[in-house]
Amino acid sequence: MVPFGGWEMPIEYSGLIAEHMAVRTAAGLFDVSHMGEFEVAGPGALLFLQRVTANDVAKLGVGQAQYSALPMSTGCPVDDVIVYRLAAERYLLVVNAANIARDWEWLQSQQPSGCTLDDKSDTFALLALQGPKSEVILQGLTPLDLKGIGFYRFAHGSVCGQEAIVARTGYTGEDGFELFLAPDAAAAVWRGLIEAGRPHGLVPAGLGARDTLRLEARMMLYGNDMDETTTLIEAGLGWIVSFDEAKGDFSGRSVLLEQKTKGAPRKLIGFETTERGIPRHGYPVFLGDEHTSAVTSGTYAPFLQKAIGLAYLPAARASVGTELAVGIRGRRIGARVVPTPFYKRPR
Amino acid sequence: MYPQGYRYTKDHEWLAVEGDRGRVGITDYAQKQLGDVVFVELPELGRKLATGERFGTVESVKAVSELYSPIAGEVVEVNTPLADKPEMINQDPHGAAWMIVVKLADPALAGSLLDAAAYEALVATEAK
Repeated sequence: MVPFGGWEMPIEYSGLIAEHMAVRTAAGLFDVSHMGEFEVAGPGALLFLQRVTANDVAKLGVGQAQYSALPMSTGCPVDDVIVYRLAAERYLLVVNAANIARDWEWLQSQQPSGCTLDDKSDTFALLALQGPKSEVILQGLTPLDLKGIGFYRFAHGSVCGQEAIVARTGYTGEDGFELFLAPDAAAAVWRGLIEAGRPHGLVPAGLGARDTLRLEARMMLYGNDMDETTTLIEAGLGWIVSFDEAKGDFSGRSVLLEQKTKGAPRKLIGFETTERGIPRHGYPVFLGDEHTSAVTSGTYAPFLQKAIGLAYLPAARASVGTELAVGIRGRRIGARVVPTPFYKRPR
Repeated sequence: MYPQGYRYTKDHEWLAVEGDRGRVGITDYAQKQLGDVVFVELPELGRKLATGERFGTVESVKAVSELYSPIAGEVVEVNTPLADKPEMINQDPHGAAWMIVVKLADPALAGSLLDAAAYEALVATEAK
């Protein structure tokens, strides 16, 4: 167990690689109750969210979710978030555990009007069922028609007899569901899923596999791959920034628009090593003799069986195929920029 | 669990003395703490090691761990195939996954290391 965002969380249960492979080939169950949840409700909710998030919230119908971020005026995010439209004038923001206090202060400072802001983090447990067998496992435990819940859609219904929000979202690059539950209902649902999933190869999975799975899929980790010093464009998140006139102005828009039009000075790239060695967060990155940056995330990738990582490079020298080096314990290990995601699930 | 004839360090290396040579690896407890080992880096032949000197690195997916020589001596054998099969360290830490053989500067020094019973007692305390 390790401390994480104020929680005690398991790094692994049966073994990180076994858990990682189970999610890629069958299914894994994660307890991600540490994530924060804010509810934004009222006639002004949409307008407020349009001002403080990067994506176009007006595109969300009830029952839809959207990956987004909370940019500052610099275009750099306070956090990355998922926005769920629960009802016509009610939204749920799912935020990173380590950022709950910061996000809360930030949103208050943006002067919400015509809506209320509630920190509901303590009223939700969150379980993530991830992997190609997720649907068949969960379908046996809920009257909801899961085939009717598309990617980044959700529905209210019961799971193992407990009220839940069932969302087709996740952080592994696989199909899967995230289940928002009352805290006192979570243990029963966890046990029900483990029991029903066992014949399908479901295993409990920890923080370790969560990190290697998300990195293979090039999903970003706030605090590593982006933070208050990297703009959303530099981080490769231009696809969650909407410049539509209908959305209107939002925090960071002008900086982000300028970078989108003229190009950002640097870019987050994916690389794999061409020599033996495992890049890790913070290790130095070199282009030729020049120490340019640092590895933002790096790992041995269990499914791909190679060492991969992310790093910022000057935009002019960031194209696929570019040779770089990673400093590992005083030695320089060769690496090459590769297309991302490193892993894409078969469809 | 822990071979009776071996000697052990508090850093969880083992040493098996055969005449004036000592075979070195990491213990079962160490591999369990690390988890799935995916990388190992071992020294060159001929390297002279002092007691407690770093001689290599072993990495699991989640962690990096340095290897320290239990005893002074010169590296005379290196288990080079281990680099291609680091998972051997999880599977057979006290046997096939030995790492180096050192020609001991002073074989008598091995006596100052922990014996199997003392090491087991150490592990029992750490596991609590």
